[in-house]
Amino acid sequence: MKDVYLILKNLTRKPLRLFLTVFATFIAFMIFGTLTAFQQAFDAGVDLAADDRLVVVNKINFTQSLPIAYVNRVRAVEDVEAVTHLNWFGGYYQEPVDQFAMFAVDAENFLTVYDELLVSDSERAAWIANRQGLIAGKSIAERFGWQVGERIPVNSNIFSQRDGRTDWDFDVIAIYEGADPQTDTNSVYFHYEYFNETQSFGGDWIGFMGVRTSDPERNEAVIQAIDELFVNSPAETETVPEKAFNKAFIEQIGNLSLILTSVVLAAFFVILVIVGNSMILSIRERTSEIGVMKTLGFTSGRIFRMVLAESLLLAILGGVLGILASGAMVALVNQAPIQLPVLVLGGSVWSQALLFMIGLGLITGIVPATNALRLNIITALSRS
Amino acid sequence: MSDDILFDLKGVSKQFVKGKETITIFDGLDMSIARGDFLAIMGPSGSGKTTLLNMLGGVDQPTSGEIHFDGKRVDTLSETQLAAWRANNIGFIFQFYNLMPMLNAHRNVELPLLLTNLGKGHRKKSVAAALELVSLSDRAKHMPKEMSGGQQQRVAIARALVSDPKLLLCDEPTGDLDRQTADEILEMLQLLNREYGKTIVMVTHDAEAAKYARRTLHLDKGEFVEKDLAA
Repeated sequence: MKDVYLILKNLTRKPLRLFLTVFATFIAFMIFGTLTAFQQAFDAGVDLAADDRLVVVNKINFTQSLPIAYVNRVRAVEDVEAVTHLNWFGGYYQEPVDQFAMFAVDAENFLTVYDELLVSDSERAAWIANRQGLIAGKSIAERFGWQVGERIPVNSNIFSQRDGRTDWDFDVIAIYEGADPQTDTNSVYFHYEYFNETQSFGGDWIGFMGVRTSDPERNEAVIQAIDELFVNSPAETETVPEKAFNKAFIEQIGNLSLILTSVVLAAFFVILVIVGNSMILSIRERTSEIGVMKTLGFTSGRIFRMVLAESLLLAILGGVLGILASGAMVALVNQAPIQLPVLVLGGSVWSQALLFMIGLGLITGIVPATNALRLNIITALSRS
Repeated sequence: MSDDILFDLKGVSKQFVKGKETITIFDGLDMSIARGDFLAIMGPSGSGKTTLLNMLGGVDQPTSGEIHFDGKRVDTLSETQLAAWRANNIGFIFQFYNLMPMLNAHRNVELPLLLTNLGKGHRKKSVAAALELVSLSDRAKHMPKEMSGGQQQRVAIARALVSDPKLLLCDEPTGDLDRQTADEILEMLQLLNREYGKTIVMVTHDAEAAKYARRTLHLDKGEFVEKDLAA
């Protein structure tokens, strides 16, 4: 503890250098915190997917439809607990740029299959009873300022009604929240019947099915049973676990994880060079002072620890500020009117960041600390 | 060995290897330094003054021979043991003061006390007393760059004294000062020797400075001649 004052004084002896080094570290950790929050948000789509949930899509690809008659046949498969179906609506609110995820669903079974979307029992009953009712996620409702009880028009950029209109009127029945902070609350769900009866083309078809099984261990058997039902039919199916479906969906964008990791690694490499160089220079400038301290009786080991502590402190200072700034960035992104998963800067990001800070501090400090450790007193004093 | 002897060097040799050449600085040097002595060591460049001072201070080791301090052999101590020995027994005063530029006078003087188990309050009192002794109590909060060379050297003397060492080693302590300031510093060292009984070994090129010592040794090519200059 007696050395803390000395370490702090050494750290702050050149304020401009301290500022620039901390700033560089700050930027690297801000990038790390923000990009990791993005990565985790995308990964959450996979991580939060239920193990006992399957997705049934057209075997050609998931944009191709399936006959609605398939739903009851799937429902009859052994170990299937519940089935719902979803159609992409292509919804936007008022302006075409304000698009969001909106699905026409089988309201009666939907919340049984997707039970991470939380509404009260009375709201659920009210939604099932109201053919023009919709439930909206908390994020999307906040984005557009929707309130329960409000009647709103929503347009589709794909479908039109039989009278030529592209807007449908809906009653906002409930605003759902997610069971997990990263559960998607940017989507809107409404009655398939309302959609099916009013659209101008292609009735009695569905986009895909969500299936809940009795036990994740029975998934393989259920997958096989469902796909065998429709083999050699005009619309063969491909049934996959929801996790695999979500992962494949995200990977359409590219290997996000690799991209984000590459950016973060590049930022850290640059910081490693900058901070490492700065620390080596800083200790080199203090050669004679280190010689004097050793002459006074400070052991080489103690000086080694002091230099390493200084380097660690530098990394932690810049790192903590960077992660705090990334928290602010995440909050800003979450408030922005764009369709993105909910970003969370959770404990795992902090833990990873702390490990990186310690690693950065140790790596950038080890060379100057070792130089200080090995420094011969006579050599050091002769340089003064 | 007499109880009055603080330092005793027996057959000390020191050699350096430079490339393929071996340079001998000392070859079987014997010397004793009594408690309460104020010894000046003079000699031309390369005569071995600083090497001798470094060996006395435990920052350099002899190639052979023995060095006894206060009856105990110190040339065989490990680096860590020597560091502790220096902290407990030796005060160093350098030509260029060698204060820590980022610490004020008080913190500079406190440095050797960080190596002890003294609490903050005790350290504060000791530092105040040391600064009082060198008449710099009013400069305790000043940074080195805010002080003259003479003042910085007095802070360095306070730093050397603060842990109450048995021996003060001074390497050209007035080499960077004007005559008047140098005399003030030398008077202070003389006072420490005569009034406080500190044993002092001072390396100097300055014959005027050597006059403040009790005796002077002239080194030449690793051998010395003793001359009594003062009673």
